[in-house]
Order: sequence, then C-alpha cells, then structure tokens
Amino acid sequence: MTAPSSPRADALEALGVSRAFAGVQALDGVTLRVGRREVLGLIGPNGAGKTTLVNLLTGFDRPTEGSIVLEGDDVTRWSPVRRARHGMARTFQHGHLFGGLSVRENVEVAAIGCGASPRAARRRAAALLDQVGLSRQAERLARLLPHGEQRKLGVARAVAAEPRYVLMDEPAAGLVEAEVPALVALVRSVAEEHGAGVVLIDHNMALVMEVSDRIQVLDQGRTLAEGNADEIRKNVDVTSAYLGGTGIDEAEAHV
Amino acid sequence: MSNVIQYIIDGIALGAVYALAAVGIALIFGVLRLVNFAYGELITIAAYVLAVTSNWWLPLSLLAAVASSVALAVLTDRVAFKRLREAPPATTLVATFALSFALEAVWRLVFGVNGRSADVLGALNTTAISGAIDVRWVTIVEVVVGAALLSAIAIFLRRSTIGLQMRAAASDIRTARTLGVRADRVILSAFVLSGVLAAVVAMLLTAGSPLVTPTLGLEVTTFALVGVVVGGMDNLVTATLGGFVVGFVNAVLGDALGADLRVFLSSFTYLAVILVLLLRPGGLFASRRATGAERV
Repeated sequence: MTAPSSPRADALEALGVSRAFAGVQALDGVTLRVGRREVLGLIGPNGAGKTTLVNLLTGFDRPTEGSIVLEGDDVTRWSPVRRARHGMARTFQHGHLFGGLSVRENVEVAAIGCGASPRAARRRAAALLDQVGLSRQAERLARLLPHGEQRKLGVARAVAAEPRYVLMDEPAAGLVEAEVPALVALVRSVAEEHGAGVVLIDHNMALVMEVSDRIQVLDQGRTLAEGNADEIRKNVDVTSAYLGGTGIDEAEAHV
Repeated sequence: MSNVIQYIIDGIALGAVYALAAVGIALIFGVLRLVNFAYGELITIAAYVLAVTSNWWLPLSLLAAVASSVALAVLTDRVAFKRLREAPPATTLVATFALSFALEAVWRLVFGVNGRSADVLGALNTTAISGAIDVRWVTIVEVVVGAALLSAIAIFLRRSTIGLQMRAAASDIRTARTLGVRADRVILSAFVLSGVLAAVVAMLLTAGSPLVTPTLGLEVTTFALVGVVVGGMDNLVTATLGGFVVGFVNAVLGDALGADLRVFLSSFTYLAVILVLLLRPGGLFASRRATGAERV
C-alpha cells in the first residue's frame, strides 16, 4: 500500500481515501495517482472497490476520509459538473448515452459542452467517430447501436470534451474478443495523442495488461499491489487473491 | 360527404392548436420531468393581455402577450419549481396544481369573473370560403401557424446548439451536465419557448372565440395534457401527435354531436382517453418503443 504523499501539479490523485457504506468498508486508505499521458489499469475481484474509487474521483460520491486532488487543487468537495469543467471525463458502466440523439450528436454535445463552436464540434465528432470506426453509423440513433459500438461511442464522447483525465469504467464489457484490439488502440491514443491521463477499470485482463502503463490491484478496499504488467503477473499476492487462487495468466485465458 | 370534410378541416385546425400546447408541456417535461399543470395560466395571462391591449397597435399587442406569458413562465420557475428540482414527482405535480389555482384566483381578482373580450384578431373570425363547406380565416391561420411553428421548433431542436443541448438534457440531464451542458440555460430556454407557445395558443383561441375567462387556459391544458399522456410523455414527437389527436377528436365530436350532447363533450373525450390507455398503457404511439423503460 502506498502512503499518502504531497500532491503533484500534473496528476489526478486520490490521497488515502476511505469510503464506508453502512458499516461496510468499501475503500480503506487507498492512494492512486495517474499522470497525463499515462494509462493506469485498476483491477481487482468483484467488490474490491474499483467503481467506488472511480465515483470518488469523478465526484459522484464523497470519501469518508482522504482527499481527491486534481493537479494540486483539492477537489474533494467539488460536484461532478465542476470537476468535468476542469478537465475530467468518465465513461459509464451502463452506457448513459443519449439514446434519442444520433451517434454524431452524442459526440457533438460533449464537444460543445467544453466550449467548441458548432463547426469545431462537428469536425471533432467526425474525426473521433472515424477513429472509433463509427463513421458509417453517425446518423443512427445511439440507442439502436449494438452493445459494443455503444461502448466505443461512450469513449468517443468522453474524449470529445478534450479532458485531461478520463475514467473508463469497463469499456470492454460486452465486446467480443475481436473488438478488443481496436479498443486497445483507442485507449492508447487517448493517452498518447489526446494527452489525457486514463484510469481504466475492466474485467478483461488481457486488455488491461496490454494497454496499461501501470496497474494497481485493489482487494477488499485496499491496494494489494502496484506495478507494470510483468510485475503484476508475477506477484504472488495478486495470484492468490484472484479468482480464488487462480493465477492471472489463467484469468487472462478465461476472458 | 361535405359534412365529413368539414369535420376534418375543423379537426385539423383545433388539433394544430392543441399540438402547440402539447409541445409547450412536453418540452418542460422532457428537460425537468415536471408535469406542469400550471401551463394553462401562461395561456390565460396572454389572453388577458390581448384583451387589455385590444386597442393597441396589433403587433404591439401580440408582442405584449408573448412578453407576459414568457415572463410568467420564467417567474413560476424561479419562484416555485426551482426550489423543487430534487423533489419527488408527486410533490412537484401538487405544486403545479397549487400554482394553477392560485393564479386562477389572481385572474378572478384582477379581471373579474365575467370574462373579457379579446378580439384583437377578430378580423380572422370571418368566412374565407363558403358554400358546401365553410372555412373561416382563423381556421386557415390555425393550420398554417401551427404547422409553421411546429416545423420551426423541430428545426431549432435539430440544428441549434441550445436545441441539441435541450435534447441531450431531456435524454439524461445528469450525464448532460457532466458533459458541460449548462442545465440552467437549457431550463430557461425551455420555459421561454413554452411561454412563447402559450401566447400563440392564446392568440389562436381568442381569434376563434374572443371571450377570455379565468379558466380559459386550464381547459385547454387539461385536454392538451391528456393528449401528451396519450401520446407518451417522454417523446416530444408523439406527445405533439397526442395533442393533435385530442384536439382533432374534440373538434370532430363538437361538430358531430348534436347541440344537446355537446355539453358532454369533455366526457366523451375522456372516455376516448380511458379506452386508449386501457388498450395501450404506454400511450397511443408506444408500440415501437421498448417496454422495459430502460433509458440507454
């Protein structure tokens, strides 16, 4: 477990955050740091506290202890809207797309929301849809898209706001294996081309291992391990915590 | 045969008026999930302003009517609804009822119970076509204005930035806000737009029959609201269609029922509504939508 330390000006941080729900300790003193242009994979068994942590980072929930720091500013008490205006975006586990809007409009709303002119928003939407391979569906209603494409649209929409930090909650859920490489490329480009720091939660171990610069493993509300993909694969604690003793490699093989 | 054509023409005209009222109601519901029963008071105040300013230069009188209903729309939001944003739907519904009755009492105090005459557009209440079928100018104006305004709103919602944001907010206001959509601006626009629509409804109604009573807007709203419910509240297009259908049915029944049955007109309309909701609980046009109500 990493000890809370002094905030950094070029990172999004959770410093020693805890969150209890009716006596259940969902998070217990977790510290997380993601820098710009970096992909941080956040993994852990069900109930480890991953989504709780993302909710704390994005302001949909407040920690009972600890603080959230955005590039040196303590944003713990900020609303999700205020954090969004200061460069944070997220994708949701359950879509949250604007179903009655077209695919293109979903992306445009986000671009306009961060101050782009209508023309610039249109251009940005076209470029992003091209990148995620949804150009041909641009005029379809978002709710008519197949599940996997809705995930891609969710990522495109989050990136359209040109955030400095993006939190992706299970972007690969519901994707078929053949669609994963495209998602890997997309997440990498969000970090490398768009310059955003990415926190990625996913159950697809192969995706997390491949796309992440660094991986943080949560278990029962605490940080169990931290390191690059190789270090995590070899970590004995992680291996024993995962899937009731099944190794990470086997977990990868199962997804 | 000429009877049927007459019914259809009258039906389309009244349908257009109710469709406008339905859009005004559905816009607010879309963005705020607020069933604004007090919407009728916006129509009433605009009608009274038309009555009070009937000796003014016509465009100025119409402008004053629009200004009054827009001002009241924004004011009711600021004074009453804004405080209830997080309140449960039952609370807000009761609040809009209370507001409606309170304003109705104000109209009685200020303008009296006997009603005023607003015939600024009385010139429209003359025959345009006569013969086998009779068409008054107001009928033509209702259809043209209704179609023009509905198209304008559709274009506004499709093409303008704020229209796009309104639709996003109507779809999921929480997510829209985290994507930088300014909820306050979107809500204000919705109220302004619904105020403008109410004023136009008041103009069309008083052009057809100039008597303004304290319950003028209430009656229209009750029917339009029924139309919105029948059409399906969460979809602007079907809600508008629902408003149109209720107006249409109302006019046709008004024509078709004899004078002795006409007093039961609203009963017949409600009977039709009950039948619709029994057969299609999700609204008249709900068949193609998912019944699980999951908003993606």
